[in-house]
Amino acid sequence: MSTAFQKEIHVALGDLKLQKTITTATDRFSEKRLDVVAPNVLPEYQELRDQAHHIKRHTIDHLDYYLETVEARVQSRGGHVVWCADAEAAVNAVIAIARKHDAKLAVKSKSMVSEEIHLNDALEKNGIEPVETDLGEYIQQLARERPYHIVAPALHKTRGDVADLFVEKLGVERNEEPEELTQVARRVLRRKFLNADMGISGANFVVAESGAVVLVENEGNIRMTTSAPRIHVAVAGIEKLIPRATDLAVFLKLLGRSGSGQPITSYTSFLSGPRRDGEINGPDEFYLLLVDNGRTRVLADKEKRQTLYCIRCGACSNVCPVYRRIGGHSYPGTYSGPIGAILTPQFAGLGHEPTLPFASSLCGACGEVCPVKIDIPRMLLALRRDIKKGEARENRWLPEKLAFRGWSWVMRRPRVFEWAGFFAQAFLSGQDDHSWVRTGPALLAPWTATRDFPPLAPRSFRELWRARQSSSGWIPTHAARKQKKDA
Amino acid sequence: MLPIALERFMSTRVSLFVTCLVDQFFPRIGLAMSDVLERVGYECEFRRDQTCCGQPAFNSGFTGEAREVARYFLKTFEDADHIIVPSGSCSSMIRHHFADLFHKDTGAQKAASELGTRVYEFTEFLTSVAQIDDVGARYEEVVTFHDSCHALRELGIKSAPRRLLENVRGLELREMKRVEECCGFGGTFSVKLSELSSDMLNGKIQSIVATGASSVIGLDASCLMHIEGGLRRRGLPVRTLHLAEVLASR
Ligand code: SF4
Repeated sequence: MSTAFQKEIHVALGDLKLQKTITTATDRFSEKRLDVVAPNVLPEYQELRDQAHHIKRHTIDHLDYYLETVEARVQSRGGHVVWCADAEAAVNAVIAIARKHDAKLAVKSKSMVSEEIHLNDALEKNGIEPVETDLGEYIQQLARERPYHIVAPALHKTRGDVADLFVEKLGVERNEEPEELTQVARRVLRRKFLNADMGISGANFVVAESGAVVLVENEGNIRMTTSAPRIHVAVAGIEKLIPRATDLAVFLKLLGRSGSGQPITSYTSFLSGPRRDGEINGPDEFYLLLVDNGRTRVLADKEKRQTLYCIRCGACSNVCPVYRRIGGHSYPGTYSGPIGAILTPQFAGLGHEPTLPFASSLCGACGEVCPVKIDIPRMLLALRRDIKKGEARENRWLPEKLAFRGWSWVMRRPRVFEWAGFFAQAFLSGQDDHSWVRTGPALLAPWTATRDFPPLAPRSFRELWRARQSSSGWIPTHAARKQKKDA
Repeated sequence: MLPIALERFMSTRVSLFVTCLVDQFFPRIGLAMSDVLERVGYECEFRRDQTCCGQPAFNSGFTGEAREVARYFLKTFEDADHIIVPSGSCSSMIRHHFADLFHKDTGAQKAASELGTRVYEFTEFLTSVAQIDDVGARYEEVVTFHDSCHALRELGIKSAPRRLLENVRGLELREMKRVEECCGFGGTFSVKLSELSSDMLNGKIQSIVATGASSVIGLDASCLMHIEGGLRRRGLPVRTLHLAEVLASR
């Protein structure tokens, strides 16, 4: 039985052009990342990761306290805080704000949480036009696709693809030059910026002590989104908090480096509330939406809580041999790559796509690059355990469970294990000449579809060892133990 | 009298945990390992009661079954001085993941973490405990070395095998591209998501072949089995060898 996810994998693996595009793009990110975290460039890199992990751990462990602090701080600066229990509450809040201020056009900067709550669809349905202003997101919006990668939404599109898309959707002349493509988008977006009633952003960090929303970017569109329109709505998952502004010294050093291989991104904005008297720029009204949407459930799970430390840098995807092959759209849910593989089952429920946490060789490349040191392989293992527990509860005769029960029984009975090996050998050696197996039986068939499988050795190690030692006083373990005791 | 931990550390008696895979499929790797250890002055024992470390169940989500086997492993090796394993993956299972398995059983957890300090991946033991980089081996071939994921990332083994290879007479090591990328084995992953696993193997084999090496060397029989299976299917004349086999040859 193959799931929707497995079908997606099959299709993606067959698309060589796509594979090449993904590999080239993720390689570029990874190589740049390696350059800027190299020991001679950033000797304190590993310490920064430790620090980042500890700050996140502390914040998440005391999230209730920090959330209340943020609320008080934002309000004291004249901003509004809206608590959103789930996706529906969050989109309704944005729509209500738009209605209240009679907003028809909303410019948006890149935000994964807004994707998670499917904000754009909801806005459109309610007569509010959302316009993505990050170039990659804008491309994805035109193509009506979800982001392909956490930090590079249109990573899978070549410039030829983008040129075609612009011809089709914007009616411009075809030009593949990246500068020209950027100019086209810029012309369209500038008009939108000038006419927008509302700017919607995400948040890379929310500083608890000051209530400031911190956003990093390279294109300058976030600056425009958050300052040009009358209303600014920042949508943030509740896990985005950090205690103090000084903590940014750690996170800003890591985020740009891990994400795009930049020592620091071109722009870093600190936004705290509406424009105050005497200030020239800034919105009339500022709203901070704090979105739960499954996060408190993750928070309640001490073991997997660290999933919430993620700062969405995308580094884990760039090095993941699975993401690099199957690409972002194969993943169910909003988040792709290793972080998606551990986040989606926790958000959407274990039964949602039970294959997802198993689609990993547990190579650990993700954990090695994660700037906040989330132990992603360990989270995958924990999810696998939870999923199998659930399946075994539903089906007392779960074949895999029975197989492992039998396996465990044998593995604790060394003589049975020996005899099993011996018999299997005797049985098999009657059939073949110890060459590698080219077509395996049922369970082995998926292996032998593409690879040969080794035959059992004519004589196991234990037999060979016994033969070798028989002259030199080999003693079985229990006897050895007894001898030691007696001595 | 020396404290027991130190006495154990100084001991020249080693206990081989050959892993279920080597025992049943690749005994030559276990024999090569014991040859090398004996050559450098260690006395090897093989506990016939040993079976598996429990990793197959653990990685597949069957922690209860893995725990039973892990407990059995602890019992089998409780009084061994050094436990030497020709696998980074199984070493890491014992050293790191046993503790996770016994998180509700402090007694077993203590025993597991104590035992974990006596478990060594083969090359790790040679270079850091025995302090030997040169075992007097000779292997006159151009080889390439595959970093297996758990040895590399969970045990931090990168330079040890290369130092050992450097001292093999007549051997030339040619590093492959993307040497740290997984070969796609991943236990039951290789059959559960075989298409994906095979695609990863494909990349690994291309990197191996591009070096022009006549052999590919590794630290884990499982990765080697996967790589060899792919090489054989393609009819490529590249040999797969465990590092112990290279070190045993002269
Ligand atoms: S899990 Fe770690 S590496 Fe992956 S996106 Fe989140 S912070 Fe970045």
